[in-house]
Amino acid sequence: MKSLWKTFKQGIIYENPLLMLMIGLCSALAVTSSVSNGIGMGLAMTFVLLFSEIVISLFRKVIPNSARIPIFIIIIAAFTTMVDLVMKAYFPELSKSMGVFIPLIVVNCIIMGRVEAFASKQSFLPVVFDSLGMGLGYTWVLVAIAAFREILGNGTFAGIQVMPGNFQPILFFILPPGGFLVFGLLTSFNIWLKNRMAKSEKAKERA
Amino acid sequence: MDLIKIFLVAVLVNNVVLMRFLALCSYIGMTSDVGQSVGMGFAVTFVTVLATAATWPIYHFILVPLGLTFLQILIFILVIASLVQLVEFYLKKNIPGLYASMGIYLPLITTNCAILAVTFENISFKYSFIESIVYAVGVSIGYLLAMVLLAGLRDRMKSSPVPKFLQGTPILFITTALIGIAFMGFSGLIK
Repeated sequence: MKSLWKTFKQGIIYENPLLMLMIGLCSALAVTSSVSNGIGMGLAMTFVLLFSEIVISLFRKVIPNSARIPIFIIIIAAFTTMVDLVMKAYFPELSKSMGVFIPLIVVNCIIMGRVEAFASKQSFLPVVFDSLGMGLGYTWVLVAIAAFREILGNGTFAGIQVMPGNFQPILFFILPPGGFLVFGLLTSFNIWLKNRMAKSEKAKERA
Repeated sequence: MDLIKIFLVAVLVNNVVLMRFLALCSYIGMTSDVGQSVGMGFAVTFVTVLATAATWPIYHFILVPLGLTFLQILIFILVIASLVQLVEFYLKKNIPGLYASMGIYLPLITTNCAILAVTFENISFKYSFIESIVYAVGVSIGYLLAMVLLAGLRDRMKSSPVPKFLQGTPILFITTALIGIAFMGFSGLIK
């Protein structure tokens, strides 16, 4: 149980796909102009990740090693199609505002990476915890970036006015260049964080 | 006239990297050298146009009559992946010169999200075949432009004092934000 919890925590913090591994950036920047988009994208991604990992882990002994990549792609594409159709049917507004980025989950490196590195070697339970950890790790970073951009750029959080009425929204943060700027500062913060973590580990070793 | 508009919007106004955040992996990863970024840009142009020419007829003449449009994502990615393989084999055997300059980028291209996005958008924007091809060329020229711009700036950056907390990847995003602001100026070009 303890190792499962550890696997889960890896995705949330220590191996967070966006903060630490820096993969899957395209969708992360594109959908974070509003918090609701961020949540929608994060959950869609978590769904695809969870089910692709489960299916691949269950069939890992039957999938021939030489043909594994195409098989992985087909499985991932199947779940992406499901998410795309469900979102179009039940959340048409959200689906429209995210546009092409929902079908593009299929080429997101986070999913391919986890499937190849983790699910194709592990059994059911660790895989569930890994995919939930990675998925929620991705989601919380998306929501954090989106909250920053939406509050500064529009004065709202998930559509609810949070800034005082006389606050002049800084439109820049909602526009694409604002996304790049926020992300650049975030990566700078990450590097600082990583260095700090490495330093504290060294200090522990010495002690 | 419409074709020119589609082209200009794709290259400048809705630049695929700077305004739409597609293909960021290769944008950050492949721009450390101008020559390399040009090679990657042309390889992407080549594959995007081919992929469009292949997926548009497949969608309209096979998937629509059979009522299988929900298989779009699956079919398109398989078509693009196998297309890239075929092109690689063909170039290796028949045009080794071109293969030497472009071939190394081809395997990376299968997972370039810009290409898949273009093929999806050609369908969802309801473009005709000619419009789709023009759109594909426009998007990839926009990609090439962004790649070369960043590669050129990175060359200059090597000899300039970058603030310590921005060294490495962060400065690339900040630079991109500044290029992006410049590109916002093009948005008045088309009404």
